[in-house]
Amino acid sequence: MINIFLENWKTLLDGFWITILSSIVGLVGSLVLGTIFALLEMAPNKFLKFIGSAFVEFFRNIPLLVITLFFYVVVAADFHISGFWSGTIGLILYTSAFIAECIRGGVDSVDPGQMEGARANGLTYTQAMVQVVLPQGFKLAIPSLGNQFINLVKNSSILSFVAGFDLMYQANVISGENLDPFNTYIIVGIMYLIITVSVSKCMSIIESKVNGGATE
Amino acid sequence: MSKFKLKRVGLIASIVLVIVIIGGIFGGLEAKKHQAVDSNDYNKIKSSHVMRWGVKGDTRLFGLISPKTGQSEGFDVDMARAITAQMAKNAGTKIKPEFTSVTTNSKIQLLKNHQVEAVAATMTITPERAKVIDFTKPYFPAGQSILVKKDSPIKDIKQLNSPKYTVITTIGTTAVQTMKQFAPKAKVISMPDNSQALSALESGQGVAVTTDNAILYGLADQNRSTKVVGKPFTNQPYGLAMNKNQPELRSAMNKALEQVIANGTYNKLIKKWFSHVPGLDWRSLEK
Amino acid sequence: MSGAFSLINMHYLLGGLVVTIVVSVISILISFVLGTLIGIILFEKVPYFTKTVRFISNTIRNLPLLLLIFFTFFALPKLGVELNAFAATVVAMSVFEASMVGEIIRGGLLSVGADQAEGALSTGMNKVQTLWHILLPQALKKSIPPLISQFISLVKDTSLATAIVLPELTFRSQVIYGQNPNYMIPMFITIAIMYFIINYGLSLLAKWFDKRMV
Repeated sequence: MINIFLENWKTLLDGFWITILSSIVGLVGSLVLGTIFALLEMAPNKFLKFIGSAFVEFFRNIPLLVITLFFYVVVAADFHISGFWSGTIGLILYTSAFIAECIRGGVDSVDPGQMEGARANGLTYTQAMVQVVLPQGFKLAIPSLGNQFINLVKNSSILSFVAGFDLMYQANVISGENLDPFNTYIIVGIMYLIITVSVSKCMSIIESKVNGGATE
Repeated sequence: MSKFKLKRVGLIASIVLVIVIIGGIFGGLEAKKHQAVDSNDYNKIKSSHVMRWGVKGDTRLFGLISPKTGQSEGFDVDMARAITAQMAKNAGTKIKPEFTSVTTNSKIQLLKNHQVEAVAATMTITPERAKVIDFTKPYFPAGQSILVKKDSPIKDIKQLNSPKYTVITTIGTTAVQTMKQFAPKAKVISMPDNSQALSALESGQGVAVTTDNAILYGLADQNRSTKVVGKPFTNQPYGLAMNKNQPELRSAMNKALEQVIANGTYNKLIKKWFSHVPGLDWRSLEK
Repeated sequence: MSGAFSLINMHYLLGGLVVTIVVSVISILISFVLGTLIGIILFEKVPYFTKTVRFISNTIRNLPLLLLIFFTFFALPKLGVELNAFAATVVAMSVFEASMVGEIIRGGLLSVGADQAEGALSTGMNKVQTLWHILLPQALKKSIPPLISQFISLVKDTSLATAIVLPELTFRSQVIYGQNPNYMIPMFITIAIMYFIINYGLSLLAKWFDKRMV
């Protein structure tokens, strides 16, 4: 098993790096987009609310693979998008729908008195939401956001369908050459675990820090 | 106190899980035993009256799934049928061919995993592959070529030798290695199968698809806005594949192959599948 | 456009929908039973055993499902387990989803709490009765919404089996648009609608349960 790693370490580390890169870009993108759509979903304006929920429901209910392939073969025909970007854009759209739900859940469990108090102090709805309620909602949403980040890393394997050069793609290429899928996939599994387990450890540290801060 | 008692419930659940797992392992071992008994694929085929073939599902002219039947259709599939029928005739028994779709990347795995007994799937005979599986004599002359969009200025493989070009291949094909030889500077992306490689060319993910010329003619026939350019730059004939250490199956298949060629079935199939392909000199394929 | 929706193509595509649904239903059933079992073991803390199960289920939960599918299909035969694409998909998905379900059930049991168990035991029920009649029903009830969202993920994830040539919905749409690039957009729209109807229906079901329980 070790010799598979020694023979292919360069390729595997390339894939490892691409998986991490795609996850980080996906994380930042889906956090931003997810927050926007959560805000839209909770907006008092009916039209904005509809836009928000329509987006969230659409991307939550169709497979990531379908979104990714759509970008890779349909959208790319007019605007050139590489496999890496098709996969990462797919990841962002798909994950942001879940993140919007997490944030909405967090905001929902913030005491409604907070909003009322902020409004009574003369803040507009938008100011009260962004400055007072949203930060607290974020804190409450951290555990469920953590799960989404781990899912994001795992889902980045979708890049292998569109030649995105990620870890999964390299695993397929390597096992196609050495014809030893058993050991190749085990090595790649360990590499995925390194990422996902560190993410989950990081998240529990953040969680305890935030909670510790809250009680102070 | 009560917590201690509750632990017993967990124990029961654990025992159930252990039983499930042990059951699974025994099931697996049972399957393995079964496999060990029938290690002679030729005898297994004769006694079960079924020969399982791996064929392509994404390659026009050789093995392409038809939405009408849900089954693969093409030259390779018909060859597999003809060979099976000939083998049955030689053995004086009935053998029914059964087809499983394989991708370029999975065809060797499925053989090694005993999920099929033979493969007829545009498979080039190479020394690397011959280390893990066995081949019949070559049955189809193939050589690598390139497919580009009709308006492309690219005329042959040498032009692609530049980092600004991306060339599309399929995972697990010999094309990946030959690219290193003929156009080492080009960027190579590998798609999971041939029709996705064509989709990738269509959507501009690369400037050319490279694989065996006969496959490319099929793709060009499928998508009329593409064309095959340049002469084939390799000589990579196809063979039918079977597992290692199956001498009886191998000689039975070789014998059947010779007979199928000798009695004209082979040429009939060549005519059936290749005589309508624009740009292909199908007469040169006849044996 | 009409070509994409010809009778032959639609018949073929609907066959794929059937495969997707069958794979989903079987995997949901298996992963629900196995997951409940895992949830109970994680909750009850059996010496050594819980630790082992937790280690295995955490490992599986932290791996991409696609990797598990490839592993089941290409690597397990080395251990003597021969599976076709259909069986491999069902096995990989059931194992993966079971460890997800296990975590959900454990959460449900935790939130029902040991207090309830204490109360039930003091009324003279034995531990199996307590679990079966008091804890599990309440935990399951609480777990319904997250379980349904997990099963929505499962339905979507069946599309990954395209990678091992399982002729399900996404794979068949590729076969159809492989015939003619003009079929691409109609096919993407069609399968997106099909997945959406199934999953949105499931999510409405989850919402309904959610409301009824409050």
